[in-house]
Amino acid sequence: MKFIKFLLLGIIFGIIMAKAEIISWYRIFEMFRFESFHMYGVIGSAVTIGTLAVAIIKKYNIQTIYGDQISLNPKEKSVSRYIFGGIIFGLGWAMTGACPGPLFVLLGYGVYPILIVIVGALLGTTLYGIIKHKLPH
Amino acid sequence: MDWIYEAWPWYVAGPVIALVMILLLVFGKSFGFSSNLRTVCSIMGAGKVSEFFRFDWKKQVWNLVFLLGAIIGGYVVNQYMTIEGAVNLNPKTVEKLSSFGFENIGESYLPDAIFGVEALSAWQTWVFLIVGGIFVGFGARYAGGCTSGHAISGLSNLQLPSLIAVIGFFIGGLAMTHVFLPLFFN
Repeated sequence: MKFIKFLLLGIIFGIIMAKAEIISWYRIFEMFRFESFHMYGVIGSAVTIGTLAVAIIKKYNIQTIYGDQISLNPKEKSVSRYIFGGIIFGLGWAMTGACPGPLFVLLGYGVYPILIVIVGALLGTTLYGIIKHKLPH
Repeated sequence: MDWIYEAWPWYVAGPVIALVMILLLVFGKSFGFSSNLRTVCSIMGAGKVSEFFRFDWKKQVWNLVFLLGAIIGGYVVNQYMTIEGAVNLNPKTVEKLSSFGFENIGESYLPDAIFGVEALSAWQTWVFLIVGGIFVGFGARYAGGCTSGHAISGLSNLQLPSLIAVIGFFIGGLAMTHVFLPLFFN
């Protein structure tokens, strides 16, 4: 039963991604053409509230419900992996109109052709694992 | 109760996404959806081709449960919270897509020109979707995270690497939207 809270959070996440049209290919296209504030509002307000929350967690040393330290691990320092990986991700995001979360929300929404993209994403992840050591990180 | 069926505004979506991230932290986890792709690869046996997939994926089961919830959420919206599923777009966006030869623009969440039955009868569409998916999966792992891990979690934690990754997302997305998509749909 310890997983039920993650199931509920996932359901809330899925509902919000679908109801706010974040899973719509059109919204991503519109975002990259700067023709709507919608996606910037979504990400901007999430980051604004998230930043405040993380600052409060750090300031008051808030713990998890299990009494452990909240994990806010710093990302490892690098430029190349983030910029190259980011660019490749962005190309795919604008093609398919979906980042990893929406891929699965769309599957639940009944858009079965999205399975082709999911298979692609799994292949891409596998490919990364195979050629990882040859890439600049 | 009309609000259930209407599109929800950004000022509802953003705070709820932040709340999901905060609750995951309080539950001792961190918000990062694309890790699930690595986990699924491991379960499917990718450990045979790369040590990258030989890790204790059982610690990621909570995230797979979250993924299952996301699928259920999409189903619930489609079944019980949607009437038309149309997207209200900027007329400039519609005009641009018309010039691509797209039809029924914004009448459903996804364009028929990419996800419709007719489009899928052409092999080019399959290549387009597979390649797009490969970019998403490869790029997310190379960058060490996707929109949730970098743009939401990482930026909230003021991580410079996440800012670099998000700038990368936009360089790639802008290049695709303004340069490559117009070539593809010419």
